Amino acid sequence: MNHATIEKSIPLMAILTLVVVLIGGLVEIVPLFYLKSTVVEVKGMRPYTPLELKGRDIYLKEGCYNCHSQMIRPFRDEALRYGHYSLAAESMYDHPFQWGSKRTGPDLARVGGKYSNAWHQAHMRRPQDVAPESVMPPYPWLEKTELDYADIADRMSALTKVGVPYTQEQITNAITDLKAQAIFQSDDKNLKKRYGDRMALDDFDGIPDKITELDALVAYLQMLGTLVDFSTPQPQTR
Amino acid sequence: MIAQSVTTETYDYDVVKMFTIMAVIYGIVGFILGVFIASELAFPDLNAGIPYISFGRLRPLHTSAVIFAFGGSVLFATSYYIVQRTSKARLFSDFLSRFTFWGWNLVIVLAVITYPLGLTQGKEYAETIWPIDILITVVWVAYFINFVGTLAKRKEKHIYVANWFFLAFIITVAMLHIVNNLAIPVNLTDSYSIYPGVQDAMIQWWYGHNAVGFFLTAAFLGLMYYFVPKQAERPVYSYRLSIVHFWSLVFLYIWAGPHHLHYTALPDWAGTLGATFSIMLILPSWGGMINGIMTLSGAWHKLRTDPVLRFFIISLSFYGMSTLEGPLMAIKEVNALSHYTDWTVGHVHSGALGWVAMVSFGALYHLVPKLWGTPIWSVRLVNVHFWLATIGIVIYIVAMWISGIMQGLMWRAYDHFGNLTYSFAETVGAMHPYYAIRAVGGLIFLLGALLMAFNFVKTIGNKAAPASRAA
Repeated sequence: MNHATIEKSIPLMAILTLVVVLIGGLVEIVPLFYLKSTVVEVKGMRPYTPLELKGRDIYLKEGCYNCHSQMIRPFRDEALRYGHYSLAAESMYDHPFQWGSKRTGPDLARVGGKYSNAWHQAHMRRPQDVAPESVMPPYPWLEKTELDYADIADRMSALTKVGVPYTQEQITNAITDLKAQAIFQSDDKNLKKRYGDRMALDDFDGIPDKITELDALVAYLQMLGTLVDFSTPQPQTR
Repeated sequence: MIAQSVTTETYDYDVVKMFTIMAVIYGIVGFILGVFIASELAFPDLNAGIPYISFGRLRPLHTSAVIFAFGGSVLFATSYYIVQRTSKARLFSDFLSRFTFWGWNLVIVLAVITYPLGLTQGKEYAETIWPIDILITVVWVAYFINFVGTLAKRKEKHIYVANWFFLAFIITVAMLHIVNNLAIPVNLTDSYSIYPGVQDAMIQWWYGHNAVGFFLTAAFLGLMYYFVPKQAERPVYSYRLSIVHFWSLVFLYIWAGPHHLHYTALPDWAGTLGATFSIMLILPSWGGMINGIMTLSGAWHKLRTDPVLRFFIISLSFYGMSTLEGPLMAIKEVNALSHYTDWTVGHVHSGALGWVAMVSFGALYHLVPKLWGTPIWSVRLVNVHFWLATIGIVIYIVAMWISGIMQGLMWRAYDHFGNLTYSFAETVGAMHPYYAIRAVGGLIFLLGALLMAFNFVKTIGNKAAPASRAA
């Protein structure tokens, strides 16, 4: 076909362009939804607890992903600095993903349990107090802002619509569980029954009489990378 | 006997003027934000413990302001100008023209309000919350109808090459925007992406890289194909080259996204495909650069006297450089070093400042005198802007090359016991001088843009002024 034919017809030009730009995306994206090897399920993964989920929302709200990655690459230096490389399954309940693209600050994929809650409290108040070279902004408002968790059940319901397997029981008891994890007017027995043993339970912000945004954010940070057990050696498949 | 048919229709330059003015304003706002957040990284006390101006909330405002507010306004202005001139027809609908203007500005105002409040989707370059995303879609459909409607009225048989690029840009951006932003709302401001982890990452960078490929490349090549020949008063170097590089560019670009995800949990085959197509992209990218620069054949002497033409040529040179650097960084072994570092930031800015902003400045300097029917107030000031912008960019990029490569090497440095030599904090400390230098580079670039704004104010406000001063 002579190119002049295309040049003289808007529909032809538009349709051909659309076809041409569709191909690459189709080939690269569609197989990811059905190739089983894309996400190999691992033991230990569970949806976020209500408090962790609120913490993750704050992580997004503050734009932490602009400076922190959550994706450890399979290199020796990254293994030494951050731990085992990240698995696809470890972000299977993430909507949206938070792998990030820049490490102005360190990777956070396995920051859970690396520092104490007290360290996080001091760090959020003024990062330079615990890491003098840090260029991170201070987040003093987090511990001063009470966490608004009235909509937590709505959030979990919305996530079930995109495939996160929250049970009806988990959604019904969301507020109770949220308070239980922050050790606030509740106990933990049923929380662990509903979400398993691998979770941090504490008064994360060090302020016993209320649940603040800092409680939620630290609860989220303290669980990052802790769900999958890498302590038992796995046979190499490659 | 009637010798010539009379054109009864007049072009709609009002909407072009409106977008032109907003482009200048948004450009300056975006550059100021850039200088400010660059300074925050050099001097974190500037965050001042105020939520609304903390780096994490302002950085998306900076990126959106420069890409969608500044870049978007330049593209609306130039595409509306070019499609009328090359079709010899008035814009399809005055209503749609105004609708796209007010709609696009409403999108920007809403982003300016929501980002500092922390209302975001948490996806890079697609932070706008879902109601704004719907508004963007509506405005974009109006833009498509208005653009295609104008093309349909054209009095030339052939669609001019600039319009191929604009059409591809409008269609592809619609596809990317809709697919990447599909989400389930929780309430009026919050939503969750329908895609989980790995798939979301792939779709996000399919979107993200083609925001570069189509918003910041194809569309700006479109305006290049109009303004460079006009300013040089020479025909486009090669018609055949424009055909070949257009189709190969739009086909290859779409594949390049996964090079942002090397060594991540994205399957290796996807990254390999992304890298392969990224390397192939050198050819159509350089095809565009060559076609633009060679348009000056026989008119090279004009570079000595015409600073506007200089803006175009340097923008094409930066375009050629960043489209060689990009594929280099898409190679896995290089990416292993460059990824997560400031090298990426430097690369983006050599494209965004060197190519996009410079070609935009050239187009604006060409447009303003034409639209307001008066010569530019000071050619000398255009020249000063050119040098300030160029020097600012070079300082910026060099600072980021040094800090990025140093950072990457420090992260993987071992001592003789086989332990990591540096703590992460030490690598952050080493960045400080380069972050300060980068902010200075940005400031110099900003000063140039302020001179441009001043020059335009004088030009528009002083129509009665004598002819332009000599360069």
